[in-house]
Amino acid sequence: MRPFRLAGGSRDHPAYWAFAVHRLSGLLLVLFLPAHFYVLSRAIQGAAALDAVLAWTEGPLVKAAEVGLILLLAAHLTGGLRLLAVEFLPWRDWQKTLIAVTAGVSLLIGLGFLINVA
Amino acid sequence: MADMASMLDVSVWRGADEGRFVSYPVPRRENQTVLDVVTYVQRRLDATLAYRFSCRVGMCGSCAMTVNGVARWTCRTHVGRVAKDGRLRIAPLRNMPVIKDLSVDMAGFFAKAARAKGAFRPTADRTADFAVIAPDSPRRRRADAAIECIGCGVCYASCDVVTWNPDYLGPAALNRAWTLVNDERDGGNRERLAAVAGDAGCHACHSHQSCMERCPKHLNPTESIAGLKRATVLAALTGKL
Ligand code: HEM
Ligand code: SF4
Ligand code: SF4
Ligand code: FES
Repeated sequence: MRPFRLAGGSRDHPAYWAFAVHRLSGLLLVLFLPAHFYVLSRAIQGAAALDAVLAWTEGPLVKAAEVGLILLLAAHLTGGLRLLAVEFLPWRDWQKTLIAVTAGVSLLIGLGFLINVA
Repeated sequence: MADMASMLDVSVWRGADEGRFVSYPVPRRENQTVLDVVTYVQRRLDATLAYRFSCRVGMCGSCAMTVNGVARWTCRTHVGRVAKDGRLRIAPLRNMPVIKDLSVDMAGFFAKAARAKGAFRPTADRTADFAVIAPDSPRRRRADAAIECIGCGVCYASCDVVTWNPDYLGPAALNRAWTLVNDERDGGNRERLAAVAGDAGCHACHSHQSCMERCPKHLNPTESIAGLKRATVLAALTGKL
């Protein structure tokens, strides 16, 4: 038994949660990418094929998934920019606040998109 | 006789990498540190308990353990701050082999400081005059910000990248390298930057900041490693790596 190997305690802080969100969103985006390419590939097959897929995207479930996707992208983008700031700008204490800022900005972007599609 | 409120329920890791937690009742005292608790167990309850300490005042870096899941220097950690409802769970540091009970083998940890070229490489001999370094020069300030490391291994035990890649040099060794990169008197930076630029070096760090979050000296190894990331990229771009 090696229970103390579980690192629960050392991970319980905002910068680590930010990392977890970044990895999760990055991986989910990778999953989404093939689906995205598939839809785009329909365009080459002609307008009818594309329209069929686009009609499918009008459904409420797909709409909800789209909002989730925008959230993922926004979270990954803002989180990625935060990391670049942490690593490439000289350290400042405001960089701790950046985590909250990235969360806020991604939520705003997600909300903005939700209002647009609703 | 002590009532329950004045007793601590302390479970302590016994064994090596394989082992189990053993529970000990320890009287609660005012201004008691976690190291006091461990010492009580060893002196009064079970003399076979193995643990390490020396200075008891936060200077030597030998007393670090995992306390309720978090790596800490135990001599400067008050029980009142960490014991939720009078319970303490004390384990050895993570990311290092356990020798016995609460003592871990830190040989690999220190070897990495050497691998990161953490030793000073003088450019002058004893006949030379003192090097004059302005206290407010940018490099002196950067070295200053990272210099107070006591080698306790708390950051190393808290870093997931070390867990994932046991070869990773880790926050303390890289932080040490960064102080020397900023040392005007040091002549070993070409080799040092090459040593920290590899697969298991600074670029493996994901900026989780667990090291900075847990360092008892409030150092910021994440910042030092970011500095190394920039310095190694610059060196590579200018053909000096
Ligand atoms: C929109 C602009 C983007 C920015 C600014 C960005 C930034 C970053 C950064 C800085 C990292 C390194 C994180 C680390 O060191 O832990 C990263 C990792 C990653 N990104 Fe992105 N990224 C972007 C878009 C994407 C997209 C579209 C995808 C998916 C197709 C993606 C997938 C990933 C994955 C899987 C990782 C690895 C996660 C990890 O190692 O924890 N990224 N990204
Ligand atoms: S910032 Fe880098 S060195 Fe520090 S805990 Fe995170 S991965 Fe490890
Ligand atoms: S950087 Fe901090 S946590 Fe890491 S070994 Fe040095 S003093 Fe300990
Ligand atoms: S005993 Fe020296 S730092 Fe704790």
